Amino acid sequence: MMIDHPLLGPRDSAEFTYLGDARLIERPSPDAEDAATAFYDYAYLRDNPAGWHRELWFHEAGDRSWLVVTRNTMTHEIAKVELAADVAREKGRST
Amino acid sequence: MRYSGLKVIREAVTGHKGWRPAWRDPEPADYYDLVIVGGGGHGLATAHYLAKEFGQARVAVIEKGWIGGGNVGRNTTIIRSNYLLDGNEPFYEMSLKLWEGLEQDLNYNAMVSQRGILNLIHSDNQRDAFIRRGNAMILNGADADMLSTQDIKKRYPFLNTQDARFPIKGGLAQHRGGTVRHDAVAWGYARSADSRGVDIIQNCEVTGFRIANGVCTGVETTRGFIGAGKVGCAVAGNSSRLMRLANMRLPIESHVLQAFVSEGLKPVLPGVITFGAGHFYCSQSDKGGLVFGGDIDGYNSYAQRGNLPVVEDVCEGAMAIFPMLGRARLLRMWGGIMDMSMDGSPIIDKTHIDGLYFNGGWCYGGFKATPASGFAFAHLLATDRPHETATAYRFDRFEQGRMIDEKGMGNQPNLH
Ligand SMILES: Cc1cc2nc3c(=O)[nH]c(=O)nc-3n(C[C@H](O)[C@H](O)[C@H](O)COP(=O)(O)OP(=O)(O)OC[C@H]3O[C@@H](n4cnc5c(N)ncnc54)[C@H](O)[C@@H]3O)c2cc1C
Repeated sequence: MMIDHPLLGPRDSAEFTYLGDARLIERPSPDAEDAATAFYDYAYLRDNPAGWHRELWFHEAGDRSWLVVTRNTMTHEIAKVELAADVAREKGRST
Repeated sequence: MRYSGLKVIREAVTGHKGWRPAWRDPEPADYYDLVIVGGGGHGLATAHYLAKEFGQARVAVIEKGWIGGGNVGRNTTIIRSNYLLDGNEPFYEMSLKLWEGLEQDLNYNAMVSQRGILNLIHSDNQRDAFIRRGNAMILNGADADMLSTQDIKKRYPFLNTQDARFPIKGGLAQHRGGTVRHDAVAWGYARSADSRGVDIIQNCEVTGFRIANGVCTGVETTRGFIGAGKVGCAVAGNSSRLMRLANMRLPIESHVLQAFVSEGLKPVLPGVITFGAGHFYCSQSDKGGLVFGGDIDGYNSYAQRGNLPVVEDVCEGAMAIFPMLGRARLLRMWGGIMDMSMDGSPIIDKTHIDGLYFNGGWCYGGFKATPASGFAFAHLLATDRPHETATAYRFDRFEQGRMIDEKGMGNQPNLH
């Protein structure tokens, strides 16, 4: 499987480690009323779709950036690769 | 029709004309007391024990393809009960005991072969960990045996115990562990359940649940609606997809695990061996092929095929311990989709929806659990109480922090 890194171009997926669902960027606030339930949901529950899935890959053996990869879990086809920092900034976060 | 030596001889001399299909092919009825979704090992075992141990007759198993075509027919067939934690060890030991009596129970030759499993030790701290594990096993009535390098050399003279990159310093053996003919497990349970009146309905996919006011009253299928008093789901790697239809999200990801088999060889490997310095395990099938595997591919997948980096990793493990394997040709490789739960342990529980029950999250060790999983799930479905060996396998353990994290790695489904 090749991952088309936005800065470095196509790289072998073996250079990366995988974290899981890209929603893990959206860590809940520990100060919220429903923090316990929100963290249970965040840490353990997953949509786990058969089909398109946005997920976090870490370029561990490369530039050590985090990527958000949109990949089809049925075919291993990759539609989109973004820098996780860009995705987080779009959501109004600092990094 | 019971199988017996006499019957085999009679058929042999009369041209094998008397064999009948081992189970019926019934049309689905409008209503069953119990519907099991998933005709894999676990679903069929559940049906067998429901009929045999709990006297339930109006039971159906619904399978989208053909029974035994899922993970039960794709795995590397290893059975053992060398677990560590209290939540797990009694359950897997019960499973091993059920394996030991399986063929008599089912009147079916499942080729249960207690050829032994050996986990190799390469460092002092690994030895400490295995001594602890062995003690936990013995405390729970299982067998465990610490072998010295000399013992291992006697049994497996080809292993390099001297100057390998990871010299072998001993091993933890469970002599009652071994392998089972995996397809025969599905067929044997199916035949037994069918003979006790269970309808096994193939080519019938569950496409939805009928749920009103928090009560499940049946399943929508590609062959129409089937009403049910209770619905039990046991669909292995497809748990998230199925339970999504009931609006449930699970503490589970689906991952692919690959397996490999070499060309047939003369007997070289008497038991199952696992390499302790990497992830590689190997046994020899009765046909002579070396059957082996290693890590999961490591990212969510429903593809039923793997990717090459893991093939390379498994083969490196193989060559490190077993250089002679390099001269054998690889005959086949394949992948299966498994649930990977957030603590590496299974879930057998009622859901928050009345009449809807769940059995899944078996990760890559669920084959050995087949008999106990079927028994415990049947117990839960019939009595609404968890079986005593499966009380730790509840949904709420994640929320309450009572996880059974055998590997001690935390909520990392892609590592277990
Ligand atoms: C390569 C590989 C090697 C393994 N090696 C071992 C091992 O050595 N030892 C061990 O203990 N475990 C091993 N495992 C794990 C083990 O195989 C599984 O945990 C276990 O078999 C899963 O339970 P099952 O047999 O019931 O699943 P399956 O046989 O997969 O049964 C599930 C069934 O549900 C059906 N289904 C799915 N969705 C629907 C639907 N909507 N409607 C109707 N039916 C549906 C499927 O078609 C399937 O037949 C291995 C797994 C793999 C992939």
